[in-house]
Amino acid sequence: MSTQHVMNDEPVRADGPVILEMRSITKEFPGVKALSDVSLTVKAGEIHAICGENGAGKSTLMKVLSGVYPYGTYDGDIVYQGRTVHFRDIRSSEEAGIAIIHQELALIPELSITENIFLGNEPTRWGAIDWITAKKTALELLARVGLREDPDTLIKNIGVGKQQLVEIAKALSKSVKLLILDEPTAALNEADSQHLLDLIRGLKGKGITSIMISHKLNEIEQVADSITIIRDGKTIETLDAVRDGVNEDRIIRGMVGRSLESRFPDHVPRIGEVFFEVRDWNVQHPQVTERMVVKNSSLTVRRGEIVGIAGLMGAGRTELAMSIFGRSYGTFLSGRMFKDGKEIELRNVAEAIDHGLAYVSEDRKALGLNLLDDVKRLIVSAKLSKISAGPVVNDGKEYSIAEGYRTSLRIKTPTVDSGVSKLSGGNQQKVVLAKWMFTDPDLLILDEPTRGIDVGAKYEIYGIIQNLAAQGKGVILISSELPELLGLADRIYTVFEGAITDCIPAAEADPETLMKSMTSARKKVRS
Amino acid sequence: MTTETTTTSEARSARKLFGGGNLRQFGILFSLIAIILLFQYLTNGLTLSSGNLINLVSQYSYILILAIGMVIVIIAGHIDLSVGSVAAFVGIVVATSMKDWNLPWPLAILFGLFVGMLIGAWQGWWVAFVGVPAFIVTLAGMLIFRGGNQLIGNANTVPVPPGFTTIGSGYLPEVGPYTGYNNLTLLLGLIIVIAVIWREIRARRVQRIMGSTPSPLWASVVKVVLLNAVVVYASFLFAGGRTGTSFPVSGIILGVLVLVYSFVTRNTIFGRHVYAVGGNKLAAELSGVKSRRINFLVMMNMSILAALAGMIFVARSVASGPQDGLSWELDAIAAVFIGGAAVSGGIGTVTGSIIGGLVMAVLNNGLQLLGVGSDRVQIIKGLVLLLAVGVDVWNKKQGRPSILGFMTRNRKTTPAPDEAPMVVPDSGTPDTARPPASMPS
Repeated sequence: MSTQHVMNDEPVRADGPVILEMRSITKEFPGVKALSDVSLTVKAGEIHAICGENGAGKSTLMKVLSGVYPYGTYDGDIVYQGRTVHFRDIRSSEEAGIAIIHQELALIPELSITENIFLGNEPTRWGAIDWITAKKTALELLARVGLREDPDTLIKNIGVGKQQLVEIAKALSKSVKLLILDEPTAALNEADSQHLLDLIRGLKGKGITSIMISHKLNEIEQVADSITIIRDGKTIETLDAVRDGVNEDRIIRGMVGRSLESRFPDHVPRIGEVFFEVRDWNVQHPQVTERMVVKNSSLTVRRGEIVGIAGLMGAGRTELAMSIFGRSYGTFLSGRMFKDGKEIELRNVAEAIDHGLAYVSEDRKALGLNLLDDVKRLIVSAKLSKISAGPVVNDGKEYSIAEGYRTSLRIKTPTVDSGVSKLSGGNQQKVVLAKWMFTDPDLLILDEPTRGIDVGAKYEIYGIIQNLAAQGKGVILISSELPELLGLADRIYTVFEGAITDCIPAAEADPETLMKSMTSARKKVRS
Repeated sequence: MTTETTTTSEARSARKLFGGGNLRQFGILFSLIAIILLFQYLTNGLTLSSGNLINLVSQYSYILILAIGMVIVIIAGHIDLSVGSVAAFVGIVVATSMKDWNLPWPLAILFGLFVGMLIGAWQGWWVAFVGVPAFIVTLAGMLIFRGGNQLIGNANTVPVPPGFTTIGSGYLPEVGPYTGYNNLTLLLGLIIVIAVIWREIRARRVQRIMGSTPSPLWASVVKVVLLNAVVVYASFLFAGGRTGTSFPVSGIILGVLVLVYSFVTRNTIFGRHVYAVGGNKLAAELSGVKSRRINFLVMMNMSILAALAGMIFVARSVASGPQDGLSWELDAIAAVFIGGAAVSGGIGTVTGSIIGGLVMAVLNNGLQLLGVGSDRVQIIKGLVLLLAVGVDVWNKKQGRPSILGFMTRNRKTTPAPDEAPMVVPDSGTPDTARPPASMPS
């Protein structure tokens, strides 16, 4: 089934043979083309970084490579160590020596380090697990990744940084040749990150090839030998760290360099006075008390204004938004909030809704919708009192209100009685928007409102957002897509590690400046 | 598209009549009818005889009352294992209060409900505010209140006065001229017949007002005639029993509770919030639902209904004993799951659970009439529970609805809004097409 691949098809560079070649990979999900004709060439023994905005297709590409999406569900060829391979599942890619370490660690907290390293791959003797061999091997592996811990320690008792090392040890136990790391340092602090990067470089010295997905451009600059940039599911370019003289600016240009054309409906902003303000907002992580997720953040919103918030994943955008929305995330520490000139205190979501706030979550399925429910009942669900006489909900009003939104927002559903789980992502999102429009908010916080939605529905949702602003409502728009922010927002705040680093009027904003403020801690807040 | 959405309006309204939109439930209703007919044949007509039917209602009403509370608990994503013990505890407290303190029986009933409320508040507090899983809280409650029953009653039975027994073994009284039937039961039947007709007329009017195409007239007529035929037939059966017996008082209590709780779960803010919390707690909380309050009330309500069920049982058996309410929780839970509720919460209806409970009741009763021993009855009930839920799981995996869904597929649907020109909302949609509520002028 595997055919010998002739290596000299491609211009092989002097510095190493090619270990992996992904050719014209195309992967479609219903309604979305996640990858279109992506190619990737990785040389043996190098550290190859993959860069791109959130949603550009990096993780999908790695899932294709590691067999999460099995052979047959994508188009294109994977040539690995000179042979075309057809991975059926993760196990078959692991057998070939490819290991993937996901952003969310796949360790079991209640098991020990040894047990986790050998989970699914336990050394046995006479049918029973050979713990002596296992522990001995675990110790050797831990030494290789530079982790000095008792292999009997439970995973839950070691920090995230060390857990990451256990993951790598686990990969090494399977004699990995190609190690894929998806955002390995996203949850780590400076020192742990540095240790991990050193380790990856050390592994390179021992002949292990790494593919690393990262948002932290300084790290890429530091360790990567080659960089492939992906944008909108397409390969943009592959840079050679030495030959092309790669630096952060060069990578950013590749990541965002797209024209903005007419992807946004025309509109003329009618901006009024400041009506909402948050001052010196501080929020703690709900479990890890020493971790601040929002630091001294202040922001203002004017009537009719669309305020963008730009930041990389994990920068604290959602945490900021949810803590404003009735303290629904984290432990509130300090900060003041003003609306219409009066100081307000929102202790829970119900109070936030009563004060005219609305929050559309970035995670539509987990936090936005009850997927068991139908369209009409969801639309009225955040303010049932509006269509109720005392405790009794008025069915007729519910139906006509839902019908109204179905027509005005063009929600494509057979009837408003239909289950929302049957709708496409774009239409589900319109249901969520309808639900919050129904609460008559003055301020809408939209967290990634177009995530996982096809282009057509995006355009419509942009129109809805602009229309809401035109009605004099304030909108806070959180987005990972810079073009979206640049196309819609009147003013953009940038967030980095929980703090607001800049506030840029739309007229002066461009992708490069934004990306710089999103990836560095310099404090330069203009009002 | 999908079968759920392509069912015709008459099928939808028919399903609504039996408790709202769940194909599974409709399938269970057919199973119930099939089981009744099967036993009617096997017992040579004994199943649908006056005496048996009256007995069936008074014997299972308290389990069905428990099922009402249980389905709400299960929709909210919990479970209550303590209902049998709570029922027994309240039973003995009420019996003792009448015997030792000479509490008049109407007051004793109120007192029993109050005790149920206190127990519910206790359990609800642990579940909602401390955060102990309901399974554990009510497992503890099962032990605590069973022990409490035996402690108060010294593991003996306590008799109850005759007035009190009305709620368990009373019947509609004989009034009016002699007709050979119980007049009040016939009157009750007549009221139901009129209610069914009125409901259908109102449903059609609402459909017209909402601008949706009402189901064809013949469908409404067939539905009303069929339903009312069943009602009339049942009325004469209940009314034609041995003199002195008729429709049981406990059956009336059950009927009122079914109506009230169907309405509460479907049409009130509280009901909506229960479904929301059970379907997706985080999303519900982000919509302003106070999930702790909901969980508290749901658990409290269950214990109040358990108290009522316990008192009805005590009234029926004329005494409260240490073995009352044994394994009731399992019967109630089985009824709820046969009736289409989901273990993970968020799905279920009161009517469905009642039908599920009736399936179990008729099965139990029919097998007893056939002289099958209780050992084999239990085995058969267990298999039926497994089969009913298994078929549902299998159907879901196949992406297939029940028989009815299959029969009503591929017919006309309400057209979806046009896909064509994509217009920016603020320029393309006339304001009149928007819901007025969301327009701050």
